[in-house]
Amino acid sequence: MLRRVPVRLVLFALLTFMIPMILTACAGGVDNPQSTIDPAGAAADEIVDIYSLIWWLAVVVFVLVEGALIFAIFKFRNNKKLINGRPAPVHGNTRLEIIWTMIPAVILAVIAVPTIQGIATLAEQDDDAFQVRVIGNQFFWEFEYPDIVGADGAPLKVTDELHIPVDTRVQITLVSNDVIHSFWVPRLAGKTDAIPGRTNHMWLEAEDVGTYEGQCAEFCGTAHALMRFSVVADTQEDFDDWVATSQSTPSDPVEAGKQIVESVCATCHLVEGTSAQGNIGPELTNFANNDQIAGVLENNEENLRAWLHDPPAVKPGTAMPNLGLSETQIDALVAYLYTLDGSGAQ
Amino acid sequence: MATQVTTAGQVVSTEQFAYPKGIWSWLTTVDHKRIGVLYLFTSLTFFLIGGIEALLIRLQLASPNNSFVSADTYNQLFTMHGTTMIFLAVMPLSAAFFNLLVPLMIGARDVAFPRLNAFSYWVFLFGAILINLGWLHGSAPDAGWFAYANLTSSQYSAGQGVDYWVVGVQVLGLSSLASAFNFLVTIINMRAPGMTMMRMPVFIWMTLIVAVLIVMAFPALTVGVTLLMFDRWFDTLFFVPEANGQPLLWQHLFWVFGHPEVYILILPAMGIVSEVLPTFSKKPLFGYTAVVFAGVGIAALGFSVWAHHMFTVGMGPVPNSVFSIATMLIALPTGIKIFNWIGTMWGGDLKFSTPMLMSIGFVSMFIIGGLSGVMHASPPVDSQQQDSYFVVAHFHYVLFGGSIFGLFAGIYYWWPKFFGRLLNEGLGKAQFWLMLIGFNATFFPMHWLGVIGMPRRIYTYEEGLNWDFWNLFTTIGAFVIALAITVFLINAISSFRKEKGAPDDPWDGATLEWATSSPPAPYNFEKVPVVNSNIPLWVEKYPEVYGHEPDFRDMAAPPAEEQETVEHGIEDHHHDDHIHMPNASYWPLVVALGLLLGFAGFIFTFVLTFIGAAVLFVGVYGWALEPAFGEPDHIY
Repeated sequence: MLRRVPVRLVLFALLTFMIPMILTACAGGVDNPQSTIDPAGAAADEIVDIYSLIWWLAVVVFVLVEGALIFAIFKFRNNKKLINGRPAPVHGNTRLEIIWTMIPAVILAVIAVPTIQGIATLAEQDDDAFQVRVIGNQFFWEFEYPDIVGADGAPLKVTDELHIPVDTRVQITLVSNDVIHSFWVPRLAGKTDAIPGRTNHMWLEAEDVGTYEGQCAEFCGTAHALMRFSVVADTQEDFDDWVATSQSTPSDPVEAGKQIVESVCATCHLVEGTSAQGNIGPELTNFANNDQIAGVLENNEENLRAWLHDPPAVKPGTAMPNLGLSETQIDALVAYLYTLDGSGAQ
Repeated sequence: MATQVTTAGQVVSTEQFAYPKGIWSWLTTVDHKRIGVLYLFTSLTFFLIGGIEALLIRLQLASPNNSFVSADTYNQLFTMHGTTMIFLAVMPLSAAFFNLLVPLMIGARDVAFPRLNAFSYWVFLFGAILINLGWLHGSAPDAGWFAYANLTSSQYSAGQGVDYWVVGVQVLGLSSLASAFNFLVTIINMRAPGMTMMRMPVFIWMTLIVAVLIVMAFPALTVGVTLLMFDRWFDTLFFVPEANGQPLLWQHLFWVFGHPEVYILILPAMGIVSEVLPTFSKKPLFGYTAVVFAGVGIAALGFSVWAHHMFTVGMGPVPNSVFSIATMLIALPTGIKIFNWIGTMWGGDLKFSTPMLMSIGFVSMFIIGGLSGVMHASPPVDSQQQDSYFVVAHFHYVLFGGSIFGLFAGIYYWWPKFFGRLLNEGLGKAQFWLMLIGFNATFFPMHWLGVIGMPRRIYTYEEGLNWDFWNLFTTIGAFVIALAITVFLINAISSFRKEKGAPDDPWDGATLEWATSSPPAPYNFEKVPVVNSNIPLWVEKYPEVYGHEPDFRDMAAPPAEEQETVEHGIEDHHHDDHIHMPNASYWPLVVALGLLLGFAGFIFTFVLTFIGAAVLFVGVYGWALEPAFGEPDHIY
């Protein structure tokens, strides 16, 4: 009875797993915006090539070894070839030991060569490429273009959406303002950590116009799961237009404040009627009518400035990190937040 | 016959060595078998707690944008799930087997330092309680089981959660170190006459290797955690980047410990499987020497691969290449083990009792974990898989598909030796199939989730990423595992409601623990056995099969007067007729209590630290002055 059940069970289990997976795999990037095996650029291509090689070798080894195991289970379940009631006491076989050490060694060598080549390719640094500086923060990303001047004369800096020109090699420099984060856009490249006190490098390239989803991959605190971003690959023309728009910041501080809330604060806070839909921190829809800030300070402009400047200094242990806001940004936020009287979208 | 050892001529009265009863006898016991039972129950309790944490994690992830638990609670759950399963379930469950089996398998009466052994257990228990105390405050550790700096600094983890982790891990490290030294000395010095290194059971070899790994790896953790303690309590700046401290220093120190730790978790299970497969194949282990040296090789290479956990931190192409090649090399000794296990079954006469099924489960699942491990040995591939669910799938195939299946094989195999009772085979097989199906349903889809970009340690995810279906599937699988574990609990509990009555040698085993009663008397063997083979009981039970076979491991010819007994695995040893058993002692408990108070002071108030230090000194003093062996009538 038991003799037949496991085979069917194993086959059934394999089919149950494999069919939907193969189907979803074939569907490709349409359904899987963060797929690592649906590359859209040279860096991700390089990785998929090595991954595919190891994957197919692994499948062969898997079938052979599991096959030998399953064969042994069925072949020797009622062994009739016994001497004195026991199977022949074989202690080992040196030739076999050598064979099953050498064959895996050869397979590993086959994997090692493209691996080393891949490491070298992915580590290349190109100073002539399009430069972007990526800055990790709890819990949002900032993207700075060292070669493009922003509205305030400093390099152009944006949050949440990294725009790049399509078919252009982008050299990325990674830093962090607080703890360790990891910059990951699976369809464009593998991840590289952003580490405080260090500068890391990576490159990527997008071969098609479009939006590529990304996410922080190193646990960085309470709202780590929400630290998402996108890379938008534009035609050179669209990219230039986007730069021109970004260089002109809104002159209205309330509008500027709203932009900051929707990009930075949105990770954790909710403001009805805006794109800020976070649920980690307190809701801010009715902020102007609140008696207190963070439950410890009287709600007035002076206290709000102190709080935004450095929350943990005001309330040690608070989940809200120091966001490193500039005075201009604080001005804008104060202006915007005191318009929030619960009446909804601004 | 095997029983000859215990029934042959009465030399001393053994009645005075009966097991004492009552809670006090458990608090003061120094008997390795009873300490093994304490480890077994404590680790199974924490296995259940860690499992419940896992189920809560799976419930939260069952659907997108779920709010079953908050972000903070989720972060505590995954941190404590990892910490609990590694330090409080798998390691001490292995320790339960070390305690029960090392003296029995090498023909000794107890471990080298019985009171130190009791001390190790109490320190482990107190460390386990300490690290879980945070739940009562609603602030359990929440920075992940590898607690990466500088997220753990007082600036970014101002609450007490990380304090519990720091202090708990420090205390647990002391327990592991004390235990490792004990088993090192026991295995090297206390083997029965005739048991050369190459006649030791493979489980003893793996225990020895694990002990060496603990002794060499835990100091790195101790140093790292001490630096973190100083950063958090005394405002030093080892990991603070604003003061040119190095967060990466933590990663190096942690993984210099952390990677050997992986082998500390898997090698005991490999040892168990290497005992179970031969028994149920009725055939000696294929390639004993190769399996032993593969274990040594894994341990040695294990110290040269730590930075493969750090391929994405920007070490540069040369270190990444070196650590990549070293990591791939580990596949060789691991492969050798797997091939030799299959070789052991090959040509055998297989019997599929629960321990055998669990062992086959181990081998088949571990192959998958090994293959996915080779994938992220390649840094470019790893840069896509690191910190994704692919890695979560990989290490569960190694630690659950590997360690847990192997440890359950051991539980079913040696339960009669622990308790004198057999577990029910029908329930055992039901547990095996449920666990195998539930395990694969839970963890196999995680490979795919990782491939389509789901990072680990996220408490929620959005719709539209196509992660919904497989997360739900995985959650259902986790509950199938929970069902399997429930079947085990029913099996275990019902075994205690039956009378004792397990045979001394229910599985027709080859090693010395089956030569004594189930459970063994406090002194283990009435007479210390003499060993001439690494399958001594089979040589004795089946001389016509194993007795005349030249043993290639028999390096030295036996003395002339013992020639006629060579064909027997065991013979009576005439030189040591007196049974010396250590006294029960409460001092290990007192010293451990002093340590608990001392370390708890770091979390609560430093007054406790001084009280703890006082208790510690009194305890050490009492311990040092206490006679280790008393008159026979004072025993226990």
